[in-house]
Amino acid sequence: MSKILVIAEHLGGKLNSSTARAVSAAIAVKGEAIDVLVLADSADAIAAEAAKIEGVSRVLTVARSENAHALAAVLAPQIAKAAAGYSHVFVPSTTFGKDVAPRVAALLGVAQVSDVMSVEGAHTFKRPIYAGNAIITVEADPAHAVVATIRSASWPAAASGAASAPVEALAIDASLPTHTRFVELKQGASNRPDLQSASKVVSGGRGVGSKENFDIIFKFADKIGAAVGASRAAVDAGYVPSDLQVGQTGKIIAPELYMAIGISGAIQHLTGIKDAGTIVAINKDGEAPIFEVADFGLVGDLFKLIPELEAALG
Amino acid sequence: MKILVGYKRVVDYNVRIQVKPDGSGVVTDGVKLSANPFDDIALEEALRLREKGVAEEVIVVGIGPADLTAHLRNGLAMGANRAIHVVASDTVQPLTAARVFLKLIEKEQPGLVILGKQAIDDDANQTGQMLAALWDRPQATFASKVEIANGKATVTREVDAGLEVIEAELPAVITTDLRLNEPRFIKLPDIMKAKSKPIDTIEFGTLGVEAHDHLKTTHYAAPAKRSKGVMVKDAAELVAALKQKGLL
Repeated sequence: MSKILVIAEHLGGKLNSSTARAVSAAIAVKGEAIDVLVLADSADAIAAEAAKIEGVSRVLTVARSENAHALAAVLAPQIAKAAAGYSHVFVPSTTFGKDVAPRVAALLGVAQVSDVMSVEGAHTFKRPIYAGNAIITVEADPAHAVVATIRSASWPAAASGAASAPVEALAIDASLPTHTRFVELKQGASNRPDLQSASKVVSGGRGVGSKENFDIIFKFADKIGAAVGASRAAVDAGYVPSDLQVGQTGKIIAPELYMAIGISGAIQHLTGIKDAGTIVAINKDGEAPIFEVADFGLVGDLFKLIPELEAALG
Repeated sequence: MKILVGYKRVVDYNVRIQVKPDGSGVVTDGVKLSANPFDDIALEEALRLREKGVAEEVIVVGIGPADLTAHLRNGLAMGANRAIHVVASDTVQPLTAARVFLKLIEKEQPGLVILGKQAIDDDANQTGQMLAALWDRPQATFASKVEIANGKATVTREVDAGLEVIEAELPAVITTDLRLNEPRFIKLPDIMKAKSKPIDTIEFGTLGVEAHDHLKTTHYAAPAKRSKGVMVKDAAELVAALKQKGLL
């Protein structure tokens, strides 16, 4: 039977919702146990959150000062040691998981399945390639542990609240390298919802025209309580920081409502939003490819239409 | 210092991929092939480090069939000093690619290895991290800024929460993100010059690397299509439609 180890992602003492999404994928494996591993400098609060996720058997913690920041070179040897006895290691497919999981896989000498969209069996998974233009079914060798990253947008977060899994401290004997050091994290200060987990997202593209003009997108997003995203073109042009980029090489998101404003809809952008519930496109070019995937399309000048939308909202 | 750069050939960025009707693969016959865009960025960064005097030699590495030579010539035309062609009949999976790179590292002793963060065909995003693990050296993935000084790399990384800065002692592996730089265009005289630059050819079988086959792709499918929706005539109609769906 399968035993699955899910690696918790956290920041600033809070569990990231990508962890509960990875637990959903673990539940789909239908194994006998799902343990969540929290590596942190201070793990108690994070572990308490993880313990509430339904479907979790145990929460294991490794609290060491070296784990204060998520450095792959430091975390991977600990995860590889902790993985002994598990048939699967699941890690969220976020920049955290994409960084650390392959390092774990290589230490274990196994291949990695990236961006799992669906679990077809304990060793059979579906994942996207070519920016999502093809979906492949891959079979992992059952003789080896499966290391996989879980595509957050494909999985709902496992319910949280009623459960209370036991929390156990884990002693791991692994020598940790000092050749890689954290310097700083520059975070955009924002009171807006998190782009990756928001139920509503308003994104702007090249059509917005400038950094100053992007204010209209931020204001509208605030009005409807949405997170803000952007196309690669808008990020490359310097309108907004890179952590707002949605698409193949940026964030893959699945909000209930996605509003693409001034975004033409390059295939690489569409890859990032195709699991959205409802897509709205606003663009002055009625031939823009974004309209091919939009549930509601509105052709016109965004600088005229956004104030009208705000007025219609009342 | 030597810099080793991974230089993979992939289906061009602009090609619209079609899945074969029998689900056995994607159509690659007759489609345009190009350098993986992230690898062009990796090569550009290596060239800039050489131009700054940080490195003396830039070596591009390709793993693939005999006809990969023309692709490696592009890397030489862009400015690499020489190329290593590991001749393999099939595409190799990331762990195998990492093991090949480790063998080349043992021979070349580079101070830095720069790879693209992912190839735009398999979108695996694994090889650099796996190589760093096997080599037991630092990794700085998703780099948007690289500074080399005093035997270490200070790298700004594009992460979900913003921009993270880390320090990595050399030698190290760096993987590139989109905004690290804008690769230069190849000029005609450079293409001529590249013809006389050396390409070392190494048969995959002679490296002593176990080809890894833990993953088997059993089926290819086209993604589920979103159906085309409706066009609304104005802002009021859009708001009404979204309110009706409970979205606003």
